[in-house]
Amino acid sequence: MAAIAETASKPASRFQFILDRRDVLGAIFVSPAILYVLLLVGVPFLMAVYYSLSAYTIYDPSWDFVGLDNFADILQDPTFQQTLYNTFIFTFGSQILGLILGKFGALVLLRPFPGRKLVRALVILPWAVPVALATVAWQWMFDSLYSVINWTLIALGFITREQAPNWLGTEHLAMLSVIIVNAWRFFPFAIVIFLAGITAVPQDVLDAATVDGAGFWRRNYQIIVPMILPIVAIGLIFGIVFTFTDLSVVFLMTMGGPVGATSVLGFAGFQTGITSGDVSHGAAISLFMLPVLLVVVVFMLRFIRRREI
Amino acid sequence: MPRMTLGKAVQETSFYGAVAFFFILAAFPFYWMVITSFKTNGDLYNVSNIPFWFNDAPTLEHFRYLFEKTLFVTWLLNSLIIGLCVTAITLVTALPAAYSLARMTGRRGEALGIGIFLTYLVPPTLLFLPLSRVISALGLQNSMWSLVVIYPTFTIPFCTWLLMGFFKSMPREIEEAAIVDGCSLLGAFIKMALPLSVPGILTAVIFTFTLTLQEFVYALTFISSSAHKPVTLGVATDLIRGDVFYWGEIMAGALIASIPVAIAYNLFLDRFIAGITGGAVK
Amino acid sequence: MSAVLTRDVVKKFDDVPAVNGISLAVPDGEFMVLLGPSGCGKTTFLRIICGLEKQTSGDILIGGAVVNDIPPRARGVAMMFQSYGLYPHFTVRNNIAFPLKTQNVPRAEIEKKVEWASQLLGIGRLLERRPRQLSGGERQRVALARALVREPTALLLDEPLSNLDAKLRASARLEIKQFQQRVGITTIYVTHDQVEAMGMGDRIAVIDQGQVRQVGTPTEIYDDPADRFVATFVGTPPMNIVARNGGYLGFRPENFLPKDMMDDGAHTEFRFRVDRSEYLGSERIVYGAMEGFDPNQVITAKLPPAHVAEESIRPGEWHPFAVRNSALRHFDKDGKRTGRQ
Repeated sequence: MAAIAETASKPASRFQFILDRRDVLGAIFVSPAILYVLLLVGVPFLMAVYYSLSAYTIYDPSWDFVGLDNFADILQDPTFQQTLYNTFIFTFGSQILGLILGKFGALVLLRPFPGRKLVRALVILPWAVPVALATVAWQWMFDSLYSVINWTLIALGFITREQAPNWLGTEHLAMLSVIIVNAWRFFPFAIVIFLAGITAVPQDVLDAATVDGAGFWRRNYQIIVPMILPIVAIGLIFGIVFTFTDLSVVFLMTMGGPVGATSVLGFAGFQTGITSGDVSHGAAISLFMLPVLLVVVVFMLRFIRRREI
Repeated sequence: MPRMTLGKAVQETSFYGAVAFFFILAAFPFYWMVITSFKTNGDLYNVSNIPFWFNDAPTLEHFRYLFEKTLFVTWLLNSLIIGLCVTAITLVTALPAAYSLARMTGRRGEALGIGIFLTYLVPPTLLFLPLSRVISALGLQNSMWSLVVIYPTFTIPFCTWLLMGFFKSMPREIEEAAIVDGCSLLGAFIKMALPLSVPGILTAVIFTFTLTLQEFVYALTFISSSAHKPVTLGVATDLIRGDVFYWGEIMAGALIASIPVAIAYNLFLDRFIAGITGGAVK
Repeated sequence: MSAVLTRDVVKKFDDVPAVNGISLAVPDGEFMVLLGPSGCGKTTFLRIICGLEKQTSGDILIGGAVVNDIPPRARGVAMMFQSYGLYPHFTVRNNIAFPLKTQNVPRAEIEKKVEWASQLLGIGRLLERRPRQLSGGERQRVALARALVREPTALLLDEPLSNLDAKLRASARLEIKQFQQRVGITTIYVTHDQVEAMGMGDRIAVIDQGQVRQVGTPTEIYDDPADRFVATFVGTPPMNIVARNGGYLGFRPENFLPKDMMDDGAHTEFRFRVDRSEYLGSERIVYGAMEGFDPNQVITAKLPPAHVAEESIRPGEWHPFAVRNSALRHFDKDGKRTGRQ
């Protein structure tokens, strides 16, 4: 006890216990992460904004300020209009398809059956496997000559070899293909999200509804869906953000072709800014993602806030 | 009674039909990877063959070619090095940050945590132009070390969020007991919080690693020399000569690189979901 | 000397005061209970004493030294948490040794002290187990041993019995109290359970809305409550309080008896309408209303069961009841206790 009294009565220097203050140590703990993110996300983001307002290209690094000229340029460009339109089609097409597959997949996986574990593990694969690798597998399945899909259609007698579609070389089919691949990549995530939501619905609520006479569909759409809406919304936000800004699927499958039919914002930004070196126009194209992202972020914040009340 | 049975039979059949549909939808592209990678070229490129199984005897020639004549092993090694380095950087920054936001910064920490997480949503396609300039300013263009520098920009936010949730779900009492028992705040973090959050840390490690394996856009933007490519980029872009795709080799490479990620996801799926939804459903 | 002394301690969370000016002196060796309803600030106050929270203003003195700017580890107090806060990844031995290891006590010394503490609490055979292999009672003993091993200036306990079931709680209560008497350590014990407070405390500080309403021995708290809050918070059923003459009159249910039970001492009579009667085995609780007072206010009387046969006091009947004048308590219009009789 004497030892302790001694510690306590020793004249405490102002800094002796500085690291025992939560606010001080807390700030020290959090600052490396904040700095990293500020330096390599925050600053580049501002740079991107500045690029889009300048005349900067890799051949002319003059940094002249040109105001909104770049945006005016690309808006008048019909190719860009096509790209913008494609991006929305690509995003909403694959999200809707993915959500439908996800919802039904979740319903199927909810019911016990022999081998459910295996099916569940396999169903996760499209989402888990690196997107580039899965996309290459699909590209091979859509191959103009050796497409296994076409082979099956021919073998089943739906089409003849002469009618066999060139999936990635025809405008609408190419768009359909990239949408299918992206929805395929997204649906396991949707399943998992739906499952997480459904299993979080308390069993007693469902029992009460059953006792009150609610049938399967009524239970499903009047109780489960409203209750899992927040979690599904978060999943959807992820899906939208990552699809809207995606580059990999289009880059690997179609290179934006044929003639720009599948060009999306991420791909166009890459083509203009990196491949052609027209950094300022590329940045302007990429920044068109921003409004959509902001809307999504606002939604997200509202959901997060709501769950904390 | 017979009507009931018939209805039941229809129901059962359509249910198992749905199971089969999802089974094929999810698994077929991977089956296709497997079968392609073990087929001889003669078998692959003959449209009169039934493509779903082997018409010639299976072969390891694609794998042999992949390992002996391409940079595949280098790519695997690059991915491993990148993954390890990024994981280390991420843990060193995200662990204290998550702990701080969960325990030490109060309500401001809550807001800051959401802010950090939102940066996870900033897409690579918005940042790759300025970042490629930053990379060349650092003298890292065309080097896999550029990815080591850049990947933490999304793994740190992701892991901070994941670990923050984990720390919040841990009882404070144990750390507080340690503090009263004579530990400094730092001591309580090291001696109590860290050992008790090993499952959370493990989850963070797995997902950091898989996120780095899955990334494609930054790798594509920053790296053009084959010897520095990570495995996904290498397999997807480097096994093409002009217009000729080496499908057997590509599928073999994709298969090898996919397997560890697929296993990791299946093992840690529940934690991942809990992490990103942050307990939206209670 | 006071082992723990607080002066005007205030703690605000976002301008809302949780602790609103508590001054309290706990002498060496005393078992002090902080009693109050949940959310009254008693736990926050305890956490301020040990340093887990920092007060907005006011002073904390431990062993005579101001410790306002000193972190918990250097304050020389030990704390036992609600669910004990045992270190799950340590064995019992290492749990107990931990407070010594952080002080860099030599290893031989540590071993001796762990031996001593585990013997004191009879947990010698548990030393190699992990906390999750222990029963609730064993965990409590380990937590106590860990708290005591470095001989702290004061032992702080935050509702340590609330996780135990009712049966275990009685024996655990006894154990803590006996143990404290044996070791003689200054103890501050937070609870919302008046049975624990009355049974264990040398003195009780009744806390409400961040303020101390009364400090006193259990007898003082029960017999001479300082205000209406203390009067109604302590005691089951609580003290009856009725409005009279611009102030309030209070009397405990067990002092409100049929007139024929009164002895010769001076007493005050009330006519009592019985509404309901509960037989509890060792006593009978009778609910009703008193003539001349608010007819909706429920007045309770606690009668020895042997005295009244069931048929003699029946619902709906009026009976003459009385309270000894010495058992009447008077409160002014603000609820403060006024002059004793």
